[in-house]
Amino acid sequence: MVSDPNFLEHAIVAPVVLPLLAGAALVPIEGRWPRLASALSLATVLALLALGTGLAAHADTGAVEAYLLGNWPAPFGIALALDRLSALMLVLTALVALGAALYARDGEESRGAHFHALLQFQLMGLNGAFLTADLFNLFVFFEVLLIASYGLLLHGGGPRRVKAAIHYVAFNLTGSALFLIAVALLYGLTGTLNMADLAERVTRLPAEDAVLLKTAALLLLVVFSVKAALLPLYFWLPDTYSAAAAPVAALFAIMTKVGVYAIARVYTLVFGDAGGAAAQVAQPWLPWLAMGTLLLAAQGVLAASRLRVLVAYLVVASAGTLLLALGLGTAQTVGAGLFYLINSTLAAAALFLLIDRIGAARGDADDALTAAPMDSGRGRLGTAYFVLAIAVAGLPPLAGFLGKALLLKAATASAWPVPVWGVVLVSSFALIVALARAGSVVFWQAGDAADRGNPQAPAAQRAALPVLTLLVVAIAAFAGPLADYTQAAARQLFERRAYIDAVLGKPPAAPLWNPREGLIK
Amino acid sequence: MSLLLALGVGVLTGTGVYLLLRARSFDTILGLTLLSYAVNLFIFLMGRIKVGAPPIVRKGMAATLEHYADPLPQALVLTAIVIGFGMTALLLAIALRARAETGSDHVDGAEGESRENGV
Repeated sequence: MVSDPNFLEHAIVAPVVLPLLAGAALVPIEGRWPRLASALSLATVLALLALGTGLAAHADTGAVEAYLLGNWPAPFGIALALDRLSALMLVLTALVALGAALYARDGEESRGAHFHALLQFQLMGLNGAFLTADLFNLFVFFEVLLIASYGLLLHGGGPRRVKAAIHYVAFNLTGSALFLIAVALLYGLTGTLNMADLAERVTRLPAEDAVLLKTAALLLLVVFSVKAALLPLYFWLPDTYSAAAAPVAALFAIMTKVGVYAIARVYTLVFGDAGGAAAQVAQPWLPWLAMGTLLLAAQGVLAASRLRVLVAYLVVASAGTLLLALGLGTAQTVGAGLFYLINSTLAAAALFLLIDRIGAARGDADDALTAAPMDSGRGRLGTAYFVLAIAVAGLPPLAGFLGKALLLKAATASAWPVPVWGVVLVSSFALIVALARAGSVVFWQAGDAADRGNPQAPAAQRAALPVLTLLVVAIAAFAGPLADYTQAAARQLFERRAYIDAVLGKPPAAPLWNPREGLIK
Repeated sequence: MSLLLALGVGVLTGTGVYLLLRARSFDTILGLTLLSYAVNLFIFLMGRIKVGAPPIVRKGMAATLEHYADPLPQALVLTAIVIGFGMTALLLAIALRARAETGSDHVDGAEGESRENGV
C-alpha cells in the first residue's frame, strides 16, 4: 500500500489533516462521552504512528517527496516536503503522543476541559512544522502548536500553572513578533517564502542587501532558539515544564525539538554552505551558546530541589547537546545529534510520567528531593527510574551513551575538539551525580509508608510508562539501523539539491474536474 | 512618506518594547499589542509602498508589479492580524485568571502588591 503512488501522494498531508479532523470531532464529544473521546484520541495517535512509520519507510529509500497544497505549483502555493528527517520527527512525535494520551486516559484528562482536543491540535501543529517547506507556513504551524500548548499548560489549573503560563505566552508572543519581522524581511529581499526557492534566491542577492539578509537570518536564529531553549533564551522552560501536568510535560518534551528541527532545516537548506551573503551565519554562535546551555543546564540539574525541575533541566541539557551537534555543522555530528535526539526525547517524556507516579506514591512530599516514605511499588518505580536515568545521563549500555559517543567521535574532526569533549563530559558527569543523588534520596533514604489506600491507577495509565521505557531500551537494541538512518538523514540535509529539486520541480496534478466539462476521465 | 511610515513602525516598536518590559501584566499585554501593530505595518511595507494600485489583476493591464500592489504581504498581514488578535484575547484571559488566583497583576504573581505601592 505504501508504495502505491496515489496513496503516497496524499499520505504526506495526512499527518496534518488527521489530527485536525480528530481534534475538531473531539470538541463536542469530549464533554459528554469522555471514554469515547479518549479512545478516539488514542486511535488517532496510533494511526499517526502507523502513518509516520510508513512515510519513514518510504523516506528511507532516499527520495524527497513534495506535496502541493491546493495543487498550486511551487513556489506560488504552499508546499509540504517529506525527507528522512521529517519522517523521523513524525514517528517520534507520534510515540511521545502515545505515551501522553495513554497516561492521560482515565486520569489527567478528567481534570479539565478538552485535553484530547488540545492534544490533537498540538499534534497537528507539530506535524505541520516538521513537514512544511514554506517559511510563513512554518510560522502558522508554530502558532497552532503554541496555541494548543497554552491550553495544555493551563490544563488542571492552579496558581503555579497560571503564573508560568503568563511568562510562557508573553515570551512566545514576542518570539512570534520577531519571527514575522524576519519573514517579512526575507520576503522584502527575495520575493519568496518557499524555503527551496529562498535557498536559490539568497545566493543571487545583490551585495548591498547582505546586511539585511544577515539580520533576517540571525533574527530567525533567535526565534528558533526561543523554541529550542538555547542559552540566553531558555529561562522560561524549567518553570513551564515543571508546572505542567505530567502527560502535558511529556508531550512538551518534543516541543523543544521543533526549534532544533527548524534550525537544522533552515541553517542547512537556506543559510548553509551556499547561503550567499548569509552562508554559515549561525556557525560563529551556535556551538558556543550550545556549550554554555549545556553547562548551565548541568548546574540546574545539580541545584534542582524538586524532581520536576530536575527533569526540566535535563530537557535543556538535551537541547544543548543537540544544538552543539548542529553547531559543529558536519553530517557526522548532525547524524549523531539526531540519534541522541530520539533517545533523549523519549527518555525525558518517560521521566515526566515517572515523576508523577513517584509524586503520587509519596503523598504530601510529592516531587520534593527529600526523604519521604513511599507507598508500595517502590521496586517498580525504582527500576524504571534506574533505566531512564542511565539512558538520559548517557551511561552504557543504553542509547544515550551511544549518541554521546558518536557525537564525541565526530567532534574530533571539528575545529575545537577539546572544548567540546570537555563540556560534554563534564556536563554528563554532573548529570550522573545529580541523578544518582536524586535516586538515592527518593528510593533508598525512605521507608515504606503504611498503605495510604490510594486506588490503583487505571490500566492505560499504568501501561504508558513501561511502553516508553521499553522504547528507550529498544533504541539501544536497534542502535545500528537507527544510527544508519540518522546518518543518512543528516547527509540528506546537507545535500540540499535533492530537496530543492523535489519541491520546485513537482508538477501540479492534472485536474480531475473542471467547471465546463465536469469530471475528467 | 517612507520616513513617516518607518518612524511609525519605530515608535510603535519602541513603545511596545518599553511596555513589554514592565512588571504589570496589563502593561505587558498593551506592549505586545503595540508590538504586533508594528509588525503588521512592517510586513505590509515589505510589499513596497504603492498608492492607488490594486492588488488584483485587471483585464488589459500587464500582470507585473509595476501596475499592482504586491498582494502577498497583504495576505500575510491578514493572517498575522488574526493570530495576533486571538493571542491577545487569550493572554488577557490568562492575566485575569492570574489576577484572580494570585491576587495581584504582577507578572510574577508577587503577593500583596498593588498599583498604589509602586513598582
